[in-house]
Amino acid sequence: MTEAAAALETVDVTCVFHVGQGFLRGAKPLRAVNGVSLKIPQGQVVGLVGESGCGKSTMANILLGLQKPSSGDVLYSGNSAAGFSRRQIARRIQPIFQDPYSSLNPTKTIESIVSQPLKIHNVGEPSEWSAKVAEMLDVVGLPRRVASSYPSQLSGGQRQRVAIARALVMRPEVVICDEPTSALDVSVQSQILNLLQDLKEELGLTYLLISHNLAVVQHMADRVAVMYLGRIVEEADAQTLFNDPRHPYTRALLGSVLTPDPRLGVPDTHLGTVFPNPIDPPPGCSFHPRCSECMEICRSRAPRPVADGGHETECHLYGNTGGQDRHVAHND
Amino acid sequence: MTSTDAARPLVFRQRQTAEEILEPSPWSKLRRRILGNHSFLIGAIILAAIFAVAILAPLLAPHDPYDQDLAKRLTNPFWHEKKIDPEHILGTDKVGRDYLARLIYGSQISLLIGFSTMLISGVIGTVLGVTAGYFGGRVDMVVNFIINTRLAMPVFLVAMAAVVAFGASLTVVILVLGLFLWDRFAVVMRSITMQARDLDYVKAARAMGCSTPYIIVREIFPNVLSSLTVVATVEMANAILLEAALSFLGFGVQAPTPSWGLMLNEGREYMFFSPWLLALPGVCLFMLVLAINLFGDGLRDVTRERDR
Repeated sequence: MTEAAAALETVDVTCVFHVGQGFLRGAKPLRAVNGVSLKIPQGQVVGLVGESGCGKSTMANILLGLQKPSSGDVLYSGNSAAGFSRRQIARRIQPIFQDPYSSLNPTKTIESIVSQPLKIHNVGEPSEWSAKVAEMLDVVGLPRRVASSYPSQLSGGQRQRVAIARALVMRPEVVICDEPTSALDVSVQSQILNLLQDLKEELGLTYLLISHNLAVVQHMADRVAVMYLGRIVEEADAQTLFNDPRHPYTRALLGSVLTPDPRLGVPDTHLGTVFPNPIDPPPGCSFHPRCSECMEICRSRAPRPVADGGHETECHLYGNTGGQDRHVAHND
Repeated sequence: MTSTDAARPLVFRQRQTAEEILEPSPWSKLRRRILGNHSFLIGAIILAAIFAVAILAPLLAPHDPYDQDLAKRLTNPFWHEKKIDPEHILGTDKVGRDYLARLIYGSQISLLIGFSTMLISGVIGTVLGVTAGYFGGRVDMVVNFIINTRLAMPVFLVAMAAVVAFGASLTVVILVLGLFLWDRFAVVMRSITMQARDLDYVKAARAMGCSTPYIIVREIFPNVLSSLTVVATVEMANAILLEAALSFLGFGVQAPTPSWGLMLNEGREYMFFSPWLLALPGVCLFMLVLAINLFGDGLRDVTRERDR
């Protein structure tokens, strides 16, 4: 696919939760992530797009090593996750969370928040930490005097900068940005995105950008994967995907972007309002109840991913619709 | 690099000057908050006074609280005209012991019981509650079962049984109360820990590679501390009242130890002719419990504002 080596890769990762149905009724499996293979090439930004509840955050947890996949494997620079401890994974991969109001411990000063990774991993002497914190604050564009403040004294954008400083202080290879701007004001969003982009170039970072905001993804990403009910239904280079969306779901998503012109009204996506219950996914293609181009075969058979150059689509509209029974078996 | 870089320092420089003018030092902010919180101030002053009395009891008490003088039984306090004794300002009890001295020494017993009970039950309840809240699932089920078992046992009946089995003493009272008043600690700590556990800073700490004990002690515990202080003060007041009730019924501290609850019991027979025998220890108990509650409430307000 791409020449660059994958900094992070998932191979057919599945994550099943067992959800209790109430007292004495047993637990049903919920496939939050259902056979996802995703490559995040070194030095690139991969966008992961999808509705709430489609498994994006579970993917983030799996990549961070916080959640063990039920099957499949995560590869860090080509090596299986089994060979890494959580601390080793932590040195390679760091998260930036959505809500900077809950991602910083309110009882700690900014200095102790940013220096915490150094402390946990015993990096350098404690006497060097405050210099390192000051350096990181410079990098993320915060004045040095905030080191002694508490998170409650900072604004949302400043807090997100602190979260970025904390993620980067150990110089990780990959940063997983889980909706890094969706809790921020629009005016601050672009500042944070530009900061992320500058840092990527300066420090040679690799990002997985998880978002439901297509504008953000278009602005940042080199490659985009669209996720629906635990599956990646379409994956392509950002430009290709935005210019030539293939999967009906991707097209609906792109069509759902609001325009500032009030006369245009709210766009109609033909998606309906009901997101299917992931405990009871529909048979066949999981998207078929909401699909505007649903065919007979979609109701019974799950499609198989079809690659066309670097553009992978999982839909019966494209390529052959040969037998693909794996998902049907899963959905029993 | 980009257009925002040029704007960034400017924005922060403006902010800096504005904040420097508006933002006083943390200490002066804390002082202002304490002075502005009247319930905290009143509670702290009364509590400090009772503490001082308890610690300085040997210096303050005019007589030995155990010294009986049967010739001077039931003398009246100073505001009466008849049957007063200038040596005993608040009069004497039915065996001629100085009432003021007994009240002063009684504060030691109440504070001792309050603190030791709070410490024992606080440690048990916090450990159980935080463990249940953080780990959830099976651990939570087991802890919930223990909490329910504890709630099904009435403190008074168990205290009576313990007194029958081990004899009545200060140690038995402290142990029984300490081993029985942890339920509120456990319930409150459990629910707050559950909320804190799902916050992103805990997830960030896990992604950083922190160990579970580190996360519980260093990340979660500081954030549940303000609620813990409130529960601790409520339980301390509760323990003091329970001790008084147990002593009143004869299952707590035994005579001749000067306990306010015991003094209430001893004064009961003279309720109609010498009401102050009941009123004085009653007022002392009331003031102590009120002060502890005001202090606890105020402490939460004073300390919590920094977090939000």
